[in-house]
Amino acid sequence: MDQQLAISVRGLRKTYGDNVAVAGVDLDVHRGEVFALLGPNGAGKTTTVEILEGYRHRDAGEVRVLGVDPARPDAAWRSKVGIVLQGTGEFDELTVGEVVRHFSGFYPDADDPAKVVERVGLGAKAKARTHTLSGGQKRRLDVALGIIGRPELLFLDEPTTGFDPEARREFWELIRDLAAAGTTIVLTTHYLDEAEALADRVGVIAAGRVVEVAPPNMLGNRQEALATVSWRNPDGTPGSAQTATPTALVYDLAARFGGEVPGLTVTRPTLEDVYLRMIGH
Amino acid sequence: MTTTTKPTAPVVAAPARRTGAGALALRQGRLEITQFLRSRESVVFTMGFPIIMILIFAAIFSDEIAPGVSYTQYFITGMIATGLMTVSFQNLGIWIPIERDRGVLKRYRGTPMPKWVWFAGKVIMVVVIGVAETALLLAVSVALFDLDLPQTAAKWLTFGWVAVLGVTACTLCGIAISSLARTARSGSAVVTPVALVLQFISGVFFVFTSLPTWMQQVAAIFPLKWMCQGLRSVFLPDSFGAQEPGGSFELGTVALVLGAWCVIGLILCLTTFRWTTRRDG
Repeated sequence: MDQQLAISVRGLRKTYGDNVAVAGVDLDVHRGEVFALLGPNGAGKTTTVEILEGYRHRDAGEVRVLGVDPARPDAAWRSKVGIVLQGTGEFDELTVGEVVRHFSGFYPDADDPAKVVERVGLGAKAKARTHTLSGGQKRRLDVALGIIGRPELLFLDEPTTGFDPEARREFWELIRDLAAAGTTIVLTTHYLDEAEALADRVGVIAAGRVVEVAPPNMLGNRQEALATVSWRNPDGTPGSAQTATPTALVYDLAARFGGEVPGLTVTRPTLEDVYLRMIGH
Repeated sequence: MTTTTKPTAPVVAAPARRTGAGALALRQGRLEITQFLRSRESVVFTMGFPIIMILIFAAIFSDEIAPGVSYTQYFITGMIATGLMTVSFQNLGIWIPIERDRGVLKRYRGTPMPKWVWFAGKVIMVVVIGVAETALLLAVSVALFDLDLPQTAAKWLTFGWVAVLGVTACTLCGIAISSLARTARSGSAVVTPVALVLQFISGVFFVFTSLPTWMQQVAAIFPLKWMCQGLRSVFLPDSFGAQEPGGSFELGTVALVLGAWCVIGLILCLTTFRWTTRRDG
C-alpha cells in the first residue's frame, strides 16, 4: 500500500437491484490533496463517497482509505476521518455550542469547540438553538462537526449547496486553510467554479464511472484546445477565428487595425464546456 | 462542564486523552435528557399524560373499590405502568424514527463514538425521566387523593424490580419497533395504536378482572398487563391477590414474562436496528 495515498480505489462496483450506481470506479487521492468529484445527479458520486466513508457496503472492488478497508471501520479510523454529509442530522433542541462541544468528546484529539465554532463563522450563533439557523448556517455547523476531531481526511458532500455567493467565498477560504494545514479533502460538487477554485485535481464521474481525472485547467485537454479569438470589424460586423496560435493572430490583428483591436477577446473552452462534453451533452 | 482542552503535557496525557467510555455514556445521557426536556411536546405528552389521566380518573371514580381502599389506589398502578411504558416504549418508538429520518443517527455513526454509547444515552434518559415522572405522579396522588404509599421495604423492593424489568422490556421493544417506521412521521402511527390497545386490554383504564376473559388472555402475552399486576401487589392490600385471574399476584410469573420480553426485545434490537433510513441503502 502506497503511504502517499489517502484513498485508493480499484474496480469499485455497487448495484441497487437492476440499477448500477457505481460501475467500476478506479481512483487515487494523494495525502494533502484537495480532490473534487464532479458529476451530474445520479452519476454515483454520493454512493462512491459513502462507501469510502464506511456507510455503505460495496459489491466488488478494492478500497483503502487511510490504509483501512472502510467496510470495517474502527474507532481509531473514524477519529481520523471527518464527514460532512449531504442530508444533515439536526439537533433542533440544542444550541450550536452544545452540539459542537458534545461531538468534541468523541474524538481523542479534538479541537477546541469554541474555536471551531468561530472558525466556521458561527461565533455569533454559538448560543442559538440549531433550528433557528439558516440553511447556510446549518451547513457551517455540519462542517464544524466534520472538522472538530482534527481529521486527516475530510469528506464534504456538496458542501455549499444553498450558499449565497459571499458565504461560498468564505467557505472556500476555510477549505483552503484546512488544505494548507495538510488535511486531505475530498469534495463532491456540481458547481464547476467550486471545483476549479479549490481542487488540485478533479475526477469527473458519469454513469457510475470515472471519465477523467486531471487538474482543473487540464481537464479534457483544455489547455491544448483551440482558442477562440473574437473582435469587431471596422464595419461593425463581428469577427471570430479558432486558432492554435492566438498570440500570432492577435499580433496580426493589431497590425491590421494599427493598434487597439476593437472588442478583442481570447477564450479557451471553459471547464463547463469540457465537463458537459464529458458527461455526454 | 467538560471542556476538552489540549493536554498541556501531551506525552504524559496521551494514553488518557480519550474521554472514558463511562463518561461518554453519561454525557450522552445528559444530552438526551436536555433534548427531551427542551421539547415541549415530549414533556407535556410523556410526563404530563399519566398525571392528567389520574386527575380525570380520581374525579370520575371518587368512591372506594373496597372498604378503606379508594379507586385511586387501584388506578395508580395502571397509571404508573402506563407512564413507564410511555417514557420508554412510546417515547423511543416515536423519536428514534424522527432522529433516523433527520440523519442524526447517521451522523453519530460517522464518529468514533462506540455504538453502545448511543443506546446507553437513551437508557439513561428513559430511567431518569421515568423516575421523575413516577415520583411526580405519586406526589400528586398523595397530595390530592390520599394515596397510601407502600409501607414495607419488601413492597418497595417489588416496586423497584417490577419497574426496572418493565422499563427495560419496554425500552428494548421501543427501540426494536422504531425500525418498523419508514419515515419520521410514521413512528407515532406505528406505536400509538399498539400502546393504546395494550392500555385498554391490560387493565389500565378498567378493573382488569372485569374485562372479557379472551381479552385478559391476549393481554397476558404482553408486558403491560404484568407490570400492572406487579404494581397492584405493591399498592393494594395482600388480600386483593385472591381476586387476580390466577388467584394471586403471581410475582414469579411477572418476573418471568417481563424477563422474557427483555430477551425478545434485545434480540429484535440486535437483529433489526437500522442507523439509516431505507432510502439510504
